[in-house]
Parts: sequence; C-alpha cells; structure tokens
Amino acid sequence: MVKVYIPLDMAAVAMGADKLAAAVAKEAAARGENIEIVRNGSRGMLWLEPLIEVETPAGRVGYGPAKVADVASLFDAGFLTGGAHRLAIGKVDDHPWMKRQTRVTFARCGVIDPFSIEEYQAHGGGAGLRRAFEIGPAATIEEVTKSGLRGRGGAGFPTGIKWKTVADAPADRRYVVVNADEGDSGTFADRMIMEGDPLSLIEGMIICGYAINGSKGFVYLRSEYPQAAVIFERAIEVARKAGWLGPNVLGSGFAFDIELRIGAGAYVCGEETSLLESLEGKRGIVRAKPPLPAHVGFFGKPTVVNNVLSMATAPMILEKGSQHYADLGVGRSRGTMPLQIAGNVKYGGLCEVPFGLTLGEIVNDIGGGTKTGRPVRAVQCGGPLGAYLPVSLFDTIFDYEAFAAKDSLIGHGGLVVFDDTVDMSWMARFGMEFCAIESCGKCTPCRIGSTRGVETIDKIRGGVDVDANIELLKDLCHTMKFGSLCALGGFAPYPVESALRHFPEDFRKPALEAAE
Amino acid sequence: MTLIKETDFGTPESKSEKLVTLTIDGKSVTVPEGTSIMRAAMEAGTEIPKLCATDSIKAFGSCRLCVIEVEGRNGTPASCTTPVAPGISVKTQSPRLAAIRRGVMELYISDHPLDCLTCAANGDCELQDMAGAVGLRDVRYGYEGSNHVFARNQGEANFAWKPKDESNPYFSYDPSKCIVCNRCVRACEEVQGTFALTISGRGFDSRVSAGMDEAFMESECVSCGACVQACPTATLIEKSVIAIGQPEHSEVTTCAYCGVGCTFKAEMRGEEVVRMVPWKDGKANHGHSCIKGRFAYGYAQHGDRILNPMIRETIAEPWREVSWEEAIAFAADRLKATQEKYGKNSVGVITSSRCTNEESYLVQKLARQGFKNNNTDTCARVCHSPTGYGLAQAFGTSAGTQDFDSVDDADVILVMGANPTDAHPVFGSRMKKRLREGAKLIVIDPRRIDLVRSPHVQADYHLPLKPGTNVAMVTALAHVIVTENLVNLDFVKSRCDWDEYQDWAEFVSLSTNSPEALETTLGVPAADVRAAARLYATGGNGAIYYGLGVTEHSQGSTTVMGIANLAMATGNLGRRGVGVNPLRGQNNVQGSCDMGSFPHELPGYRHISNDAAREAFEKDWGVTLDPEPGLRIPNMFDSAIEGTFKGLYVQGEDILQSDPDTRHVARALSNMDIVIVQDLFLVETANYAHVFLPGATFLEKDGTFTNAERRIQRVAKVMRPKNGYADWEVTQLLANKLGLNWNYTHASEIMDEIARLTPSFAGVSFKRLEEDGSVQWPCNEESPHGMPIMHIDGFARGKGKFVVTEYVPTDEKVGPRFPLLLTTGRILSQYNVGAQTRRTENSRWHEEDVLEIHPHDAEDRGVRDGDFVKVASRAGETTLRAKITDRVAPGVVYTTFHHPTTQANVVTTDNSDWATNCPEYKVTAVQISPSNGPTEWQEKYRELSEASRRIAITAAE
Repeated sequence: MVKVYIPLDMAAVAMGADKLAAAVAKEAAARGENIEIVRNGSRGMLWLEPLIEVETPAGRVGYGPAKVADVASLFDAGFLTGGAHRLAIGKVDDHPWMKRQTRVTFARCGVIDPFSIEEYQAHGGGAGLRRAFEIGPAATIEEVTKSGLRGRGGAGFPTGIKWKTVADAPADRRYVVVNADEGDSGTFADRMIMEGDPLSLIEGMIICGYAINGSKGFVYLRSEYPQAAVIFERAIEVARKAGWLGPNVLGSGFAFDIELRIGAGAYVCGEETSLLESLEGKRGIVRAKPPLPAHVGFFGKPTVVNNVLSMATAPMILEKGSQHYADLGVGRSRGTMPLQIAGNVKYGGLCEVPFGLTLGEIVNDIGGGTKTGRPVRAVQCGGPLGAYLPVSLFDTIFDYEAFAAKDSLIGHGGLVVFDDTVDMSWMARFGMEFCAIESCGKCTPCRIGSTRGVETIDKIRGGVDVDANIELLKDLCHTMKFGSLCALGGFAPYPVESALRHFPEDFRKPALEAAE
Repeated sequence: MTLIKETDFGTPESKSEKLVTLTIDGKSVTVPEGTSIMRAAMEAGTEIPKLCATDSIKAFGSCRLCVIEVEGRNGTPASCTTPVAPGISVKTQSPRLAAIRRGVMELYISDHPLDCLTCAANGDCELQDMAGAVGLRDVRYGYEGSNHVFARNQGEANFAWKPKDESNPYFSYDPSKCIVCNRCVRACEEVQGTFALTISGRGFDSRVSAGMDEAFMESECVSCGACVQACPTATLIEKSVIAIGQPEHSEVTTCAYCGVGCTFKAEMRGEEVVRMVPWKDGKANHGHSCIKGRFAYGYAQHGDRILNPMIRETIAEPWREVSWEEAIAFAADRLKATQEKYGKNSVGVITSSRCTNEESYLVQKLARQGFKNNNTDTCARVCHSPTGYGLAQAFGTSAGTQDFDSVDDADVILVMGANPTDAHPVFGSRMKKRLREGAKLIVIDPRRIDLVRSPHVQADYHLPLKPGTNVAMVTALAHVIVTENLVNLDFVKSRCDWDEYQDWAEFVSLSTNSPEALETTLGVPAADVRAAARLYATGGNGAIYYGLGVTEHSQGSTTVMGIANLAMATGNLGRRGVGVNPLRGQNNVQGSCDMGSFPHELPGYRHISNDAAREAFEKDWGVTLDPEPGLRIPNMFDSAIEGTFKGLYVQGEDILQSDPDTRHVARALSNMDIVIVQDLFLVETANYAHVFLPGATFLEKDGTFTNAERRIQRVAKVMRPKNGYADWEVTQLLANKLGLNWNYTHASEIMDEIARLTPSFAGVSFKRLEEDGSVQWPCNEESPHGMPIMHIDGFARGKGKFVVTEYVPTDEKVGPRFPLLLTTGRILSQYNVGAQTRRTENSRWHEEDVLEIHPHDAEDRGVRDGDFVKVASRAGETTLRAKITDRVAPGVVYTTFHHPTTQANVVTTDNSDWATNCPEYKVTAVQISPSNGPTEWQEKYRELSEASRRIAITAAE
C-alpha cells in the first residue's frame, strides 16, 4: 500500500486538488494499484499546488502542479515509486524552498494527516501539553514568556505577559479566544495551519487555558474560510473523542472545551475588541481601551485574545523548551515568522524563517522577484494598512523594531509585491478606500476621514489644487493616525504617507495634470 | 431666574473610596480611583472638548475630541476612557492636541448642515460649541463629497440622505444632523434599558436607527426621551422646541404622574412651557424620565379644561358658569344646610393623591375643623391602604423602608404584583440596570410582565400564580425558608418579637402550607416556589418590590404582612439593597396618607383616638375633634344609598371611574344633595356634581409631593393658574365661607403648620427643601436631613412583629357562569383614569382599553384578535376589543382602566380587603362572549355623560 498525499488546503482545492484526488483514486482502482490517499495540508509552495506527494522508501517525493490530465501520465511514469516525470520536484524536504526554512509553527503542516491524532503525536504533538501539565500553570506561562514569543497578529505584544495578566486578573472565569479573522491582504498562514495542522492550534489553546485557569476557548474564524471551518470543526471532534477536550483533559482533571464561531464578514472584527463584541453577538465595533481584554474581555471576563499562529506555536515552545525558540531570531524579535509572500511574485507561498532576513532577501531570493519579470517597485508589508516600501529600503531587517523604525510594520507577516507598472497614488487611494469600506464607524477620524481621504486623493489625481490637497491629505493622515480609536483608522495613513514619501512623483503625473 | 444648566462631567461618578492624586495642566487634583481624566479635569474646572461623552452613560471614546497627553506615555489617549492614575501629569492642550481636535471637527462639519441660524438647537448645540472651542475656521474638504446632508448631490439622488422621521408626536429625528456619537443609542440601552435604538450600517454609512430601520413610532421605542436628552445636536429634538424656540428660564419641579416622583426642570419661555427636562440632581430619577412626565404635560393647556366655576341645582340641569363668589357661596350654603338637616356627620371630603401635601392637609382640616367630623378619606383607600395598615403592624411605619437608590445594592429582587416598567417606568429602568449588572429576579405575577423577559433581562423565576392566591404564595415561600432552615435567626432574635416569631414559624411549617400542598391552589410548580424561596433567602441582599397586585385583594393587608414576615425572617431589612418597598401609584399618594387623609388618623399616622395628638390639633385649630374615626369611602357610598350621607367635597379624584362597581358609586352619588367636584376637567364624577370648582395643574401652584420612597419634593409654580386660584386657595375660600378664618398666603405656611403639628415632619420646611433638594421623612431633630433607609438599628415600633397569615380564599370564585378571572392594571403611556394622558398625544400609543385573553380561552369562545367582546361579571358588563396573547395564563383575562368609555370598573365587584376596605380590583370572575358593540350600560352612560356635561349659554353672550 502506497501513501499518496494530495492537499485539502483551500489553495490546493482552488487549483483542483479535490478533482485530482478523485482522479487519482479512480485511476489507481482501474490499474489495480493499492494506494491510500491522505488529504494533507499544504507545504506552502503555492505555485506547485496541487502538489502530489508519494511516500517512498527514500522519502516523500513531490509532483506539481498536477492536473487531472496529468494523472494517467503520472501512473505511467511510476510516480508511486518515485518515477521521473515532468512535474517531479524530487524529495520535497530537499526542495530549496523547504530547505532554507526553519519550521517551528508549521513543522507538521503538510506533513501529517490533519485528522490523525496518532500522526500528530508521532510528530511531537501532545508533548507540549503533557509538559505543561507537569510543570504547572505558572511555569507554563514562564516558558512562553522566556521564549520571547510575540503576538503574531501584528501588534507583537509578548504572549507570555498577556497570559500572565489574564491569569492574575481576579475573576470567576476566564476565556481563551483565538483570532482567526485573517483579513489582511496577502496573508493565509492562519488558514493554512487550521487546515493543515488544526490539532496544534487546539493543543495551544488547551495549554493556554490551563495556564490561565480558563475552561472555555473560542476560535473566531472569518466566514471567507469555509474549508477551514469544516476542517477545524472536525478536528475539534477528533480531539474531543481522543479525550483532549472535555471535562477531564487527558486524565489531568483539567476541564477545557473549544467552540468555533464564524464571523460575518467585517475586517474590523480582526481587531480584538470588536472581535469580542462580535463573538458576544453584538455589532462588531471597537471598544475603547482601557480596560484591556486581558482584564475585561469576553462577556466582561479576563480573556486571552491571541492570533492563530501565536497559539499554535505554544505547543512547540513547551515541547522543546523556551530556549530552543528564543535562540532563533534577532534583537527583540525572537523565534520564527511564517512569511506569506504574495502579489506579483514568482514564488508565492508560506515560508517560515527566523527573524533577521532583509526585505530584499525575502522578495528577491525567496520570492524570486516578480512574476512578470519586470523590476520590483514597491512591497506592501503587513496587510492593507501596511506601508509601501521602495527597493531603496530592501536592506531593512525583517523584525518588529526595524520595520517600525521605517514607519512600517511587519503585521501578520504578509508581503505583497508590485512591479514598476504600479500607480502608487492609486494604491494610496486603495488604502483609504479599504479603510472606508471596512471602518466600523465608531470613531470620527476613521468613519468620515477615510471617505474624505478617498475624495481628496481623487482631487489630487485629478490635478485639483494639488499642493493644497496634498497638505490637507497630510493633515488628515495626522488626524487619523493620532485620533483614531483603533489600528484600522490609525494605520490607514501608513500606505498613504509611505506612497507620498517614497513615490511623490505618482501624485503629480503630468498626464493627470494635463487632464485638468 | 435663569436657565438651570447642570454640569456635565462627561463620565459617571466613580464609587471608589480610594483617592488618587494627579496633576492636570499643572493643577493637583484628587478624585476617587476609577474616575476618568475627563471628569477629574472637569472637577478641577477644566472642560476638555467632548461630544460623545456625557455623564449619564459610560465612556465610549468615539468622538476623539477629548484627546490628551500624559507625560511619559505614548500617544494621545481619549480622556473619557482613560482612568486617572496616581502621580501622572496630564496636559489638556498642546499644538498636537489642538491639531487633532481641529482635524476631527473639520471632518464632522464636512458632513453636517450649515443651517445653524435656522436650526432648532441653535443656542443649545454641543457641536456648535465644540467648533467654537477648537477654533475651527475652515472646512477644506468642501461639501461636494459624500454626505448625509443633501437630498441630491449635483443633481443626482443622494441615497445616503434620509428624510426626517416625524412619526413620534413629541420629537423628531433628522438623520442629516446626526454625528453618530451613539449617545442616544447608549442612553436607550444604559439609562432606559429598552434597546430600541442601534446604529445601522457601518463606516460612513453609520446612522442611528430605531429598530430595524423603522420609524420611531413603529419601533420598540417607549418615548422616554432619554435619547432626545442625550443628543448633542438637533438630530433628536423636542417638537415643542422646534415650534417655540429655546427656553430662557427654568425651575425645578416634581412630576404630577406616578409615585416615582421624578423631578424636572420646567424650561420656560415666559409662561409657556418649552419642554420638561428631567433634572440630573433629582434623587428619585437622577435625570431620567418616562413618556408621561417628559412629554405628556399638554393637558394643562387642553381646551377641555374648565376655567370658570359652575353650579346647578340638580344634576339633570345643564351647568351654569358663575363667579367664584357665587360658586363658593352656593357650595357653603348647601353644605351647611345638609349638615343642619341630616346632622354633622352627613357630609365629608375626599382628598387627592394628585394634589400637594398642603392641599390634602387643608381638605382633611376642612372636614375636621369645619365639618367637625372625621369623614375624610383618600384614594389610597383603593390602592395602598393595606400597605399603610400592614407595614404599620409589622414595623411601625406606614411606608416603604428604602430609597430608590437602594436597588443598586440588591442581589435578589423580588417583584410581586407590580409592573414597574409600565407603572413606575423610571424606577423600572433603574431596576433593569441593576438586573443587567447581574442581580437575580423573581417575579410573582399572574401575567408575564415585561420584566419576566425583555432585552438583557430575564427573571430567574416567574411564579404565575392564580389571581387571589397571594397569601398562599407568601406562606408557601415562608414554609420553605423556615423548614429548610434558611431563617436569619440572629436577626430575628435581636430585632423581632421571639414569641410571635415562634408562633408564625410553627404555622408556616405546617405541611398544609408547603408548596406541594398548595400547588393546585397556586397553579405554580412547587419546585419553582421552593427554588425562588431559596434564592430570596440565600442570594445576598434581597429586596421586595410590590404594587397593587398585592394590596387590591380581599386579603391585601394579610399579604403585606406576609411580605414583611419574609423580609424579617431573612434579615432583609435595615440596610441598603434590601427592604420592603411598596411602589405607590400616584404622585402624592404617600403624601396624602401622611397628611391625615384617613378617617382614623391625624397627620403623621397618629390615631384619632390618641388624646395627645388630638389635643395638639384642637389647641392649634381651636376646635374639639371627634375621637371616633369617620367614614371610609365605601362607607360613604353605602351611607349615601341608605340616605344618611348627603354631601361630598371631592378634590382631584375621579371616584366614579376609579372606584370599583361603578353602578354602586353612581347610585350613591345621585342620592346626595351636594357633590362638589374640584378638578381640571369635567371628569366622570362631575356628571353627578352640583358644584364644579376648576382646579389648577401642578405647573400653576406651589407645594410639595411625597413619592413612594417618602421623599418630599417641591412643586413649583411656573405660570399663573389659568383658573385663577391654586387648589389650596380654593379650599381656603370654601373654608372661610364656612367661617373658619384661614389666612394662608403661601403654601409654605401650610407646610410650617404641618411641621409644627407632626413630629415626623418637624424638620420639614420649604427652606430645608431648597437647601437639600428633597428630604425623606422622618425629618426631625433626630434626622434633620431625613432618613433614606428606615429601621437600621431597630424597628420604629420596637420589636418587629410576625403575624400569622392564614390564607382565606376570596368569595369571588369562578364557576360555570363566570369561569374566567379578570385582573386589571395599567399601561405605560396612560395614567390612572386617563383624565390627563388621554388629553395628550399619549393616546397614540393606547387609544382604547383592550382585553388580553389567552389563545385557548379565545378559541373556546370564538373570539378573534381585535373582536369586540362583552365582559360580564356579577356586578355588571361592558364591551371592549380583545387582544389575544399568551402573556396571560389560560383562565385569566386582563385589562386596563384608562378609558371611561370602557369603564372596566363596571365589572369589578364591591369585595374588599378585610382590614382596610381596599377594593378587590385584581380578582373578578367574569365571562367573555363575542359582542356587536357597546352594552346597554355603556350606551346609557354615554347619553348621561353628554347630558350632564351641558353648559348653559349665559344671557350676556
């Protein structure tokens, strides 16, 4: 019996993985081949999806991107024994994309059957939780703190300190909430882990719940991830059946359970306080802080709100020890970051590396430059509210502090690449337009400012009182940056200001002025 | 006189006792921990610009005008959401802050009409004030962009624009002026607790919406006015302000509707009321209001008001308008003649629970000093007389034990036979606020009142008992408390009579009093009764609130004592958060009782047989008082039918409509020689009157009202009486015509006399009220500023008295002829007999009384929703429309008594409380049948009331 892996990850499914799996099964039956198809997560090499992997005595070898039409030739080429084929990429672990990574959070993603708790444990799963039970809640929090893990949602707040704040807050109950409202453009890491290794997220939540003495966890997932919802719901059932969830987690006496909740399509619900409002069944509008969710969170109780990646990294930190994680990275950015490279790029996908690469290395060496082959002009880092960085800043080290020093942010680790045909005043407009569409409407700078921002950029692009309107746009950016209630309005000026700063020529195009 | 403007501190007061000292703009400020920087600054005299903050609701942090800088901290946090911290140094103004604020204002004004000069809020607009405060000089965005202001943009329809919503008769909503501060939404949620408003859309599309984008009138809005009050612009504004303009002066006065006793600023332009705005410093309402007090004052100017005195020889004749002299002389002569012919006890008075303390005092004084008898009674007879009796027995005082604020500390709230969200709405909102904070709720009521389940409030136990089984219920609860050893024995031993307790405990422990034994009687599962009893006894501070559903029964007084027993047994008395709290019906029903209106009591609840008390009055008034109690209202009626009671002076009460068994009352009145009615309108009782003395509204006279928490508050004269005299002046005219030589020149002089003669009022004076705002009696040397919570160290009577409460079923029983039980109540928008509210736009909410009937009972009788049905009882019958609802249990029907055309009280019987004769309004056996229209009685009554309201055209005209 040969194990054939065909991803169930949405990126692969979108490229035809389901049909491919059906075709492989049918072909195998027709040929009398004894195979077992495992639907695994994605390895993150999205240009290779659907990537078929075959377990051979030499290791797992890959073929991709595979289409239904390739199935017969794959069988003909003896792919079940690693035979040569035009789509063959050799041993997947030896692929240059995989080789240069340090997979911590994503170590199991794409490797195992997401629903097999046995495989999960065979790859180290569960060890972290058992260790947490051994060392106790306080030491667990201490381990997470010492690892240097920071919130991977974008704000970069030290995870261990957040857990400790919640654990220390007096309350009759505490909650664990996972933010899986992954709305940033060019990001998909949360989805990949929930589809490819959901049990690691579940284990992370149990560890967190144990550490803070909370008995209930919620995962707030965006509605645009239907595949992740189905997979994660099934994974919760698997965990429950295996005794990982319920009134007595793995016989420890600790009670914990998890519920999956689906959002209603608002970007702002990725902001933790509006996420909590939405989770409570209310309109998703931002709460003023203080009080912090760590003190007054879900239904007024102390609540840990962590990104999927932060939470899914916790098991590994407990398993291998805080030092192992802290040894990776640079400066105050410890550990690894699952980069998500997207946009106009040759090799798009997920690449988990320790902090410390330069932006240029990420875009050119890992991403391979633009897909169109034209020169790179700008990279937007950290989602739609991140700054546009020009090639002249490609020596910037990829970590929280270095990016902040350049008026930018690494956010959730998404990078969107543009070539030299991009119109940066249009991209600036997109920043404001995105904010206008997604604003919750609570605070004035964001609610009215984003709409006025679009209008003002339109005037600039139309050549109307350009100097005065650029001045007004800068004032508006100042008002929004310092006046907004949350990061949506507060960061919307970053793409605008960075475009104005690095690409001023795009706001004074002769063609546009001539049209006046 | 100027316009009273309360200071808005921006965020609510912190209740912390820990103090924090910080520096704001170089000034050291010390405030309680948890105070916002905004409030701390305001207390130090610095007003930080703000739009979305107001101190009646929690900080929200949306307008971003109140940004500040804190030394050593990053960013520019909002001062409304940032709490003070020890030692921090705050800057409220800097070039950076000024730029942010101006930038924000520029955005606001870029989507706001520039019609300030013609705007109704001109002069009272916070947006305008803030534009000035931040120095906004220019809006560089122009006005061509997206907006909610113009119906058309450059010729194209603007779909963001919405028309004004004028559906509510009292206020309008203009979405084009909305700045989305959410203050209205938050006020609706946090202050009123109705959750009728929300923001629809998001981002730039955000706009206030009633319900699901409905018109206000079609939404769940209860028109309390909290949103209008909270609105900083003209978006939500009183139509009266639109019509008249901004007020120029105001005076604080007290609402003349229910027993909550909300205080309002009557905001005036000359003698015209521009609007009534709840007063923030009012201790009963803390700046909140309901539809009645806030908006329904228009009756004062209604064309139906009778402004000239009228007389007639017989009630068959039309009325004749005469001078005050002639009317008073006619009345005095007839009274004298009646007493001469039928004896001194043949006449009497009824004091009003709607008039002031001073007025009630004078009317009972007229009876005692002038008529030389004790034939005085008041409408409390038909509502809370059992409270007076029952609580006096148990504790020694005839009043509730707490102030309203006490509810903030209650952990378990037990509501019995009361419907606060309809009948005491402002307190109902207060209670709901506490429930939303987590207090537990037990509702004992045959009907599923709103409190049982409404937004964010749900009763832990609703015990829908059968009407008339209250005593069995309180005894069953007591049974559980005693037999499950939940009694607070320390409290009982130290504070109550131990022997009486033991007798009581033995009685309630009888197995016949167990919830299981009484399950069929009560119609409530025994397990629920047990659970509710445990919750009340063990859930922390337990507070009981009750209403007329307790008192208006044949065993009303017994239930009151049973409630007192429960509170004593569990030690829930004598501190904040607990107590026995009657929710009194009318604005001054507490006061009229306090003022000696009952035939057996002198002011301050001293029995007429008490020699010392009587002597004090005899000395002051120069007369000899009869030591025997006089006639109660039902006795007056019975004696009138017998022919021994022939004359009655009724001030401000419509006994014909409000008292039970209307036909009996009508027979009694038509048998009298002289009926004097003093009222605003030709009320139903006036159909049987010979003299009509026009009354004055609460806006037209000085005096005091006493609310359900014993709080004495000022009523202020804001306009001259349209009828010429305040009601106390009219009583004085009559008294003097009867030869009494009264010389009061101001209501305060009457209060001085009350204080002089009544120990519990000894410290009360208009001066004291001016200084303290209000006082809760007892107010005397021992407690010069009044007493919010009573019985703290011991009961007024000494030891608390347990009374054995044997359940005796009412005589009013269902049977084959009358198989359903009718119970009566009220609705939010109408008040009592409706004489006032029916003459306002409030009728838009409740045009007629309807009969609530359960779907099963309706189907049995072939009754469909909206059908006319006949309600027949042993006493009489009437017709009204049916409303099919499962709010009432099968076997129970319910109606209100606000409309004279339905006359619900034609149906109610003359059964009454054994101790006080309080009528059994809440239990009448009836039958319901489909009907084609009004009953014969209704037709005849309509003819009679048309005939008796004729006013003759005088020759001069």
